[in-house]
Amino acid sequence: MIETRDLSCFVEHLDGGIARMDLAVEGIHCAACMAKIEADLARVPNLTRARVNLTNRRLALEWKDGSLDPARVIDRLAELGFKAYPFGPQRAEAQEEQEARFLLRCLAVAAFAAMNIMLMSVAVWSGNVSDITPEQRDFFHWLSALIALPAAAYAGQPFFRSAMRAVMARSVNMDVPITLGVLLALGTSVVETLGHAEHAYFDSATMLLAFLLAGRFLDQNMRRRTRAVAGNLAALKAETAVKFVTPEEIREVPVAAIRSGDMVLVRPGERIGVDGLVVEGRSEIDQSLITGETRPLEAGRGTAVYAGTVNISGTLRVRVAAARNTLLDEVTRLLDNAVQARSRYVRLAERAARLYAPLVHTTALATMIGWLVLGATWHDAIITAVAVLIITCPCALGLAIPAVQVATAGALFRSGVLLNTGDAIERLADVDTVVFDKTGTLTLPEAEIVNAADISPEHFALAGRLALTSRHPLAATLARAAGAKLPLEGAVEEAGQGVSAVVEGVEVRLGRPTFCGAEREAAVARAADPEASQIAFAHGDERCVFLVRQNLRRDAVAVIAALRRQGLLVEILSGDRAEAVAPIARDLGIDTWQAQVTPAAKIAHVEALKRAGRKVLMVGDGLNDAPALAAADVSLSPISAVHLSQAAADAVFLGEALAPVGEALRLAPRAKRLMRENLWLAVVYNAIAVPIAIAGLATPLVAAIAMSGSSLLVTANALRARRPWKS
Amino acid sequence: MEVLIFLVPMALTLGLLGLVGFLWSLKSGQYDDLDGAAWRAIMDDDAPPDQPAREGDSA
Repeated sequence: MIETRDLSCFVEHLDGGIARMDLAVEGIHCAACMAKIEADLARVPNLTRARVNLTNRRLALEWKDGSLDPARVIDRLAELGFKAYPFGPQRAEAQEEQEARFLLRCLAVAAFAAMNIMLMSVAVWSGNVSDITPEQRDFFHWLSALIALPAAAYAGQPFFRSAMRAVMARSVNMDVPITLGVLLALGTSVVETLGHAEHAYFDSATMLLAFLLAGRFLDQNMRRRTRAVAGNLAALKAETAVKFVTPEEIREVPVAAIRSGDMVLVRPGERIGVDGLVVEGRSEIDQSLITGETRPLEAGRGTAVYAGTVNISGTLRVRVAAARNTLLDEVTRLLDNAVQARSRYVRLAERAARLYAPLVHTTALATMIGWLVLGATWHDAIITAVAVLIITCPCALGLAIPAVQVATAGALFRSGVLLNTGDAIERLADVDTVVFDKTGTLTLPEAEIVNAADISPEHFALAGRLALTSRHPLAATLARAAGAKLPLEGAVEEAGQGVSAVVEGVEVRLGRPTFCGAEREAAVARAADPEASQIAFAHGDERCVFLVRQNLRRDAVAVIAALRRQGLLVEILSGDRAEAVAPIARDLGIDTWQAQVTPAAKIAHVEALKRAGRKVLMVGDGLNDAPALAAADVSLSPISAVHLSQAAADAVFLGEALAPVGEALRLAPRAKRLMRENLWLAVVYNAIAVPIAIAGLATPLVAAIAMSGSSLLVTANALRARRPWKS
Repeated sequence: MEVLIFLVPMALTLGLLGLVGFLWSLKSGQYDDLDGAAWRAIMDDDAPPDQPAREGDSA
């Protein structure tokens, strides 16, 4: 069979016969790596451009179409010591990128307008108390209008659109009072300017927009950064499959390019990248990532296999299919139901807006009526009412919550938690019950040798080198644990049995206990640890047995203990057998656990907890967890989780430790406290500023000082979320 | 004070130039890789001449 690598689905064809591709590169840490890659790739013929982006660790390549095989560049990078993976630009990321640029343009326009109008406003304010002539004042006001009106029309778009959507849906959000405030401020100012008045509010309107846009941009930027990291990680573990292009010829292609009905080859030790049915071959399949079950499944002709499972012992031919009546179907259906049934969480900011908007508008109306009753002219009454609206325009309120979210998301990012949704922080803060999945969540996704200490270092090293020659997943675990680099020469693999070789005249064997004549040792080991998989090793007459098992994450005991100290109820819901769950629950000191739970039962349990008034955090990674992740109040999943679960979870955590879960649960309540504080600060500000405005004393100067002062105050308070935790 | 008629529009024109400059730099992708740009400035090797970044260069 001929095998080639096909990357054509990642190549983008530009005008002028230029091909372009992006690579996510693992191992770029500093500027030196960047220089090394660029200098080296500059010598590759026909490659017209190779530019590293150090911020998001990607490499952009361009070459004359047809003159270069991009796989060669990947090989060259591998020689330099960098692992590169083709990166398919994701639509969501491109959209966010565009939105961020638009916000930045709006911010630039608003800031330009605010600064230049302020230049003239200061002249007017100082002139008003000295010797400005009405003509000069009008000149300044008209110039201000000339800048402010087009600038607000452009830079206000994000707010206008969002306010419009909210009003159409018959609700209010913070953008409604913002839009109203800006429009009224501009409208009154134009009318006032026509009437040669002393005051105009062009500066207030543009400054308000600039401050709020700064908050929005930061918020957007944070989300974009986590998305770039998530996109890279997705590319780094990008799955490829070996597809039959003709009955004889196979080609390694990205999973994205596989269609239903294609035939793929899955060799022992490989991760299955597709859902489908086995057409030919027999093997055992590790389904732990899908069902939580750690015991391998016997697979033969007609067995349904899922993306994310690992083929252990034999070669399989799989027909890719849209699986029918399978676990995947069941999970998808449950997931849809859970998403639909999810009661929408009302964000703190929305709740504040619902209270705030009617209150402010009533106050403004009351001010106008009050002044009319007291005998003021219509003109003065309206101007005062508009001043109330301008001064209460929720500048501080609009920044109060996003600023805390940005600062907290940054702190979470540093401790390895990537947020999918912004309001996850608020929901995390209320959690009082944590439900864990076992396999891949409390335990590490990769198996480990558990009895390494009982085996002599010489045997361990030799077994590791022998294991390098085998494709069996257990052998791969052993080779990794032993840190083996050099495969033994002349090793022979006997399919489904093991490998053997001769070292310095002595035969060594690695594989099933029967293959190594180690039945006695295996029986002893099984009695001690019935859950572990075994690999036997024979060196001449000596025998030993390696025990392989998924271990707890190293800090799991400490993290669970800390969660319980915080007063949280901790439970385990696992799809695995009771014999496998019980020892883990015992080690962690968790009394409430259930084993062999189906996806439907997981949802039912989470729903029951919610009905009992508990706020549930679900932490899980398997396909069987996805519906429960969507049903819970808030959910986390490790980065090793299946795609469906990652998409259903509110946040994803990185690395081999469980600590990010604890960290998220510690940072979130602090963030929520800061949000509350900020809302109160905004209330206090209004309590001081509103009476001044009602009294008719809110000149544009007062409005400018009040607005920037309160915005700085809430931003500074929000930055406290960045400080390291004091324990 | 008639001088204001020239001075103020001149000040505004300068401000506008700044805005246009910023928008141009944004469009030409100069903010796509802030970390990398910080280091490129002090690299003293003879890196190959780089083509100017293009729009949509957001990899």
